[in-house]
Amino acid sequence: MADREPGLARSGPAADTRAAAGAGAAVGGAAGPRGLLRFITCGSVDDGKSTLIGRMLHDARTLADDQLAALAADSRRHGTQGEEVDFALLVDGLSAEREQGITIDVAYRYFATARRAFIVADTPGHEQYTRNMVTGASTADLAILLVDARKGVLTQTRRHAYLVHLLGIRNIVLAVNKMDLVGHDAGVFSAIVAEFRAFGERLGMAEAVAIPISALRGDNVLAGSAAMPWYTGPTLLRHLEEVEVDGARALAQPFRLPVQWVNRPSAEFRGFAGLVAAGRVRPGDPVRVLPSGRTSHVARIVTMDGDLAEAVAGQSGTLTLADEIDCARGSVIAAADAPPEVADQFEATIVWMDEAPLHVGRGYWLKLGTQTVSASVAAPKYVVNVNTLDHLAAKTLELNAIGVAEVRTDRAIAFAPYAESRSLGGFILIDKLTNATVAAGMLHFALRRAQNVHWQALDVSREARAALKNQRPAVLWFTGLSGSGKSTIANLVEKRLHRMNRHTFLLDGDNVRHGLNRDLGFTEADRIENIRRVGEVARLMADAGLIVITAFISPFRAEREMVRAMLPEGEFLEVFIDTPLEVAEARDVKGLYAKARAGKLKNFTGIDSPYEPPLAPEIRIDTTTMSAEDAARRIVERLLGED
Amino acid sequence: MPTAARLPAPDADPLDHLDRLEAEAIHIMREVVAETEKPVMLYSVGKDSAVMLHIARKAFYPARPPFPLLHIASGWDFAAMLAHRDRMAAETGMELLVAHNDAAAAAGVNPFDTPTPVYTRLMLTETLTAALDAHGFDAAFGGARRDEEKARAKERVFSFRGANHAWDPKNQRPELWNLYNARKRRGETIRVFPLSNWTELDVWAYVAREQVPLVPLYFAAERPTLWRDGLLLVVDDERFRFRPGERAEPRWVRFRTLGCYPLTGAVESRAATLPAILAEMRTARVSERAGRAVDQDESASMEKKKAEGYF
Ligand SMILES: Nc1nc2c(ncn2[C@@H]2O[C@H](COP(=O)(O)OP(=O)(O)OP(=O)(O)O)[C@@H](O)[C@H]2O)c(=O)[nH]1
Ligand SMILES: [Mg+2]
Repeated sequence: MADREPGLARSGPAADTRAAAGAGAAVGGAAGPRGLLRFITCGSVDDGKSTLIGRMLHDARTLADDQLAALAADSRRHGTQGEEVDFALLVDGLSAEREQGITIDVAYRYFATARRAFIVADTPGHEQYTRNMVTGASTADLAILLVDARKGVLTQTRRHAYLVHLLGIRNIVLAVNKMDLVGHDAGVFSAIVAEFRAFGERLGMAEAVAIPISALRGDNVLAGSAAMPWYTGPTLLRHLEEVEVDGARALAQPFRLPVQWVNRPSAEFRGFAGLVAAGRVRPGDPVRVLPSGRTSHVARIVTMDGDLAEAVAGQSGTLTLADEIDCARGSVIAAADAPPEVADQFEATIVWMDEAPLHVGRGYWLKLGTQTVSASVAAPKYVVNVNTLDHLAAKTLELNAIGVAEVRTDRAIAFAPYAESRSLGGFILIDKLTNATVAAGMLHFALRRAQNVHWQALDVSREARAALKNQRPAVLWFTGLSGSGKSTIANLVEKRLHRMNRHTFLLDGDNVRHGLNRDLGFTEADRIENIRRVGEVARLMADAGLIVITAFISPFRAEREMVRAMLPEGEFLEVFIDTPLEVAEARDVKGLYAKARAGKLKNFTGIDSPYEPPLAPEIRIDTTTMSAEDAARRIVERLLGED
Repeated sequence: MPTAARLPAPDADPLDHLDRLEAEAIHIMREVVAETEKPVMLYSVGKDSAVMLHIARKAFYPARPPFPLLHIASGWDFAAMLAHRDRMAAETGMELLVAHNDAAAAAGVNPFDTPTPVYTRLMLTETLTAALDAHGFDAAFGGARRDEEKARAKERVFSFRGANHAWDPKNQRPELWNLYNARKRRGETIRVFPLSNWTELDVWAYVAREQVPLVPLYFAAERPTLWRDGLLLVVDDERFRFRPGERAEPRWVRFRTLGCYPLTGAVESRAATLPAILAEMRTARVSERAGRAVDQDESASMEKKKAEGYF
């Protein structure tokens, strides 16, 4: 192994292992001399994707006798081919799939020939399961796009072609399947190839290699086809064995290591563990840590088998640095003279994968590399019609939509365009409440460059500012219905704190709407933006060392959680002013409930717009059993008790 | 594989297939440690567990892997497995937890009288889920590989489990690139499979390359055996119940997979070294699973067991 000190290289049994592995196909597989190829099958429903994989596994003699016997029995029970073997059953492993004869989720299979090892992901054709197709495609080097010769290029064919292209898969095979059902007609084949080429060109997609096959009968899969003498190109497997994949691309780029975990077994050792995303690194190399921008040198590359002289892209390693600098999970250690960009506003392509559509402006978790930050997505610039490739206007992204939109993160992150690096340009979005992975995204470029190192330039830290004030910053976030008593109690709390020489600031809903948020109304999107801005202001004030008190209805849990995520752990205290709707409505200090009931006020919380009560507020005040003064005292006690 | 002294051309890929599988497994383990609260490693003492443990040591070196090992002991484990388990725990310095269903054992549940699916559920599945709950583990590493079985071939690396540990195969989270989503609610857990993309042959090749310590049962030796219900059983202790006419005979055998000894079939073999085993592997015509009684009952049995909370 080149990455190790010569003295540490492995020897002994390993060498004969590899040599012998090249001798022939084996059950289970191990790498042939050309290394590993990861590919997927995709395309429209029933075009024969699963059948093709089953056929390959079978013909490559990778199936054990007991598996073949089980397949024959399964085929009689669930098969679509009468008494014959139904190869799709080899991969459609879920009971629901076998009963319905369709693929629901990706199956991963492994086989090897004398020349190469393969990891195959068989993806589902149904539009409903697009996210599973995307899952399979995200790690592939090559895609086999199947088309049923009788049906030609369908909407799902185009959708999958588009997704394959978006995900950056440069090697594409167009497999025109079921040639046995069109009399093995060369004309049918070339018409489909021509139609697909035209589509691919408009997409700017890499040119596809087209092969006419019958997955069911095995024509041009492993063996050639006597029925199609007019086809003179390679069989599918031959092509898979020979195709060049650009595995060395990441290796040629400047060094990047997203830090996964800080290894601190003792006070003497501090190592930064991660998977090298690009380039190479050696002890002594100058590096820059992002987003802080601090520089140092690599001291050691530590492994259990001894220190390495070099680590390269694709390797999991642990680095130590020459200087004690700030570096944690989410930091990226990079070549000092060619660091990645750092930014907090991007344009990105987003594939939406959740039943609940995108909430424009709402906070989601964005995970990119090892960085997880809070992020929001603006209204899409457009969504793509996968049939015509037209750009359509859209207010949001629905399930399976592909669109382009602006993404803002609450902190600057180190990134690279997806076209350059999957590791630093691909991200997922996670719903903060359901924890579901709702979208996959690919960054194009930064819209506003964060001036690289401005984070480190602040010599006076937030801790220093707070220390001068002799207090711990905090945000007391009041939430509750209109008329629940938020403003009254918030006022009393501020007065108390002020008397105690605490530096405070009260942000009140009505006041903010006269200035900062004058441009916002009461639609759901505007309410989200209202809270986001208030959250940002509260965060700045907390950074300045203040105790911030806010009094906003803030009806949605997700937005309150978004603000919580903006602040250091423990600094956000949610104060739930719990007043039942009947009580608040009976008080109706401002006469608003009456107006809302009369239909003169739209989107009024509690009447025609929902209020989502906190599930675990730090403080809950029941105004039906407690006076405003008592409530204020309790809140202050709770706040300062934390000191 | 390049020889020790030769450096490859600067643009050639210096990593081979096993290097990439190892790097992926390390990456997965570190993500779990960084993103979950209380992980644990399911350690079954088999070859996959051995590889997983070896990689965990590499992933966190020079620190010790920051999680304990959990062994689900059915009470019918091979004696050599228990000895190996204790030796590895001592060698790694990791905490070893052993879970066993005392109540079921006291009630007479055993591999001879109890129907296999019931036995598996009580002694393995329920013991496992109870142990995870009792310790409050929110993530558990398992050594399962996708090439083992057709339901496993469908499972994500991070396999999300609901409050009763059930797998819902029709509603798996998308898993993009190597970005794993470890977020969950209280009471929900994840099973994590760092060896998802390994084949049986990869495991053996890695064991040979890294000299990973294995239980001797994987190497051929003369052992007391008998054929029963299509399995070649090894009589491991005096509790074995012979049926009328049955008698143990010495045969040269080894195991491809290990479990409860009265339910795990050996293969006849003279392969007593790693190179010999690898050579046999390449000509094998039956799958590894053929040796497991617990996997044989029904066609969809793995999917069903997973829905009950099994690994
Ligand atoms: N005649 C003929 N039938 C085929 C061929 N390939 C597949 N089929 C049949 O087409 C049907 C669908 O095949 P599958 O392999 O399940 O299709 P799929 O693309 O995997 O379907 P989904 O995954 O559900 O989208 C089955 O009945 C197959 O037997 C072929 O080359 N010729
Ligand atoms: Mg299919």
